[in-house]
Amino acid sequence: MTPRITLATGARVLTQLRHDPRTIALMLVVPSLLLALLWWIYDGGIVFDRIGPALLAIFPFLVMFLVTSIATLRERTSGTLERLLSMPTGKLDFLLGYAVAFGTVALVQALITASVAIGLLDLDTAGPAWLLVAVAVFDALLGVALGLFVSAFASTEFQVVQFMPALIVPQFLLCGLLVPRDQLPAFLEAVSDVLPLSYAVDAMSEVQQSADPAVWGQIGVVLGFSVALLALGAATLRRRTP
Amino acid sequence: MMNYAADDGPPAITIRGLRVARGAQTVLDDFDLDVRRGSLTGLLGPSGSGKSTLMRAIVGVQRTAGGTVEVLGRPAGDRELRDRVGYVTQAPSVYADLTARQNLRYYARVLGAPISDVDRAIEQVDLESHADHLVGRMSGGQRSRVSLATALLGEPEVLVLDEPTVGLDPVLRVQLWELFHRLAADGVTLLVSSHVMDEAERCERLVLLRDGALLADDTLPALLARTGAADAEGAFLELIEKADSEVSS
Repeated sequence: MTPRITLATGARVLTQLRHDPRTIALMLVVPSLLLALLWWIYDGGIVFDRIGPALLAIFPFLVMFLVTSIATLRERTSGTLERLLSMPTGKLDFLLGYAVAFGTVALVQALITASVAIGLLDLDTAGPAWLLVAVAVFDALLGVALGLFVSAFASTEFQVVQFMPALIVPQFLLCGLLVPRDQLPAFLEAVSDVLPLSYAVDAMSEVQQSADPAVWGQIGVVLGFSVALLALGAATLRRRTP
Repeated sequence: MMNYAADDGPPAITIRGLRVARGAQTVLDDFDLDVRRGSLTGLLGPSGSGKSTLMRAIVGVQRTAGGTVEVLGRPAGDRELRDRVGYVTQAPSVYADLTARQNLRYYARVLGAPISDVDRAIEQVDLESHADHLVGRMSGGQRSRVSLATALLGEPEVLVLDEPTVGLDPVLRVQLWELFHRLAADGVTLLVSSHVMDEAERCERLVLLRDGALLADDTLPALLARTGAADAEGAFLELIEKADSEVSS
């Protein structure tokens, strides 16, 4: 791994994004709009206070999964990945370059969404707001890691998009947003225990409910999943291909 | 860069008994080749003859099933070779959503090449007027020149170019071949594939491939003398005919 190449890769990914202002606008604005819609549906109130933080966890995960999986699939199919790996690029340079770039976007996204939720929509949280943003950024990294890994198993953009209902929606259904996890059927609760998004949403709920939230355990689990997925993703990057 | 004397030193590329299989099909079998340092070698053959596979093996991105490929005295694809061997694939491997200059700046940083190389490479492929255009909006020929410019960054000692002149107008093709000759004169070893036979006449040495086997490896005058043909295309057809009649008899 070479820091020069990692940072160059991160900067390059952000430059590519800069040429696509529509995608930037959608990434930054849509989460806030959805949150506002939810606020309207529940007329502010207690349910919004419970669901709002969970959505702050889900948006960056979902959005970063989609952009990363498609961007890296393009690198695999266009030959740019092969060219980079025939140069002094390390596999980690490539993976961490993406993590740096989309992690930065996620930070901006989380700052905007959290500001809208707390400032405009009066989302009530007992814990500090910056912790909501921190958890959101870790969720974004989880989405990046999962996207990088999944792109190895798709050969077209159609396929990669289909991984969203397959891998993201079950986590969404079981993360405690619809039914608290401890009220799920025992088997489903056990399944939700091994899904990373559950821990992200748990961390958000903790910040929402507790003035002195203990979230580092949950963040540790999310980070652990991200590192494991990045390692698996690195294993799918091959210098030599058939 | 320094000038190498005509027969100076060990070959830049040494291939012995190379075998590449794709599924049940054997693409290259028991393949041997030596490429002299500072030479400009043309790799010719019909599509599907194994040209691209051979080039991928030399760059070290091809999974092989046997044999050895050495480049500059190291196994192909070795860490030490990654900024000494430039490679251009047939399909341009550059980012469509970046400008030509942004593409080259990124690759220059990856290679650790000075940023001044970017302007030099853009000039070498005659792309100054389009340097700040998005690659995605360029014509096919312009895109492949951006891809070629990438391989000129840094100071590559070996250049492996897969059909670099395809889709280019005749003037530009002549310019690029002049560039290849200048690079070779400076000591760079070039291996250039083409399926356009008249380009062969610009190479000092020709390697003819057919069905994954070496059909000929010689200078153009020697090939013409051997086959009695008037040009490279005629020589190639003559050699194919001869090989076929040997198989059938």
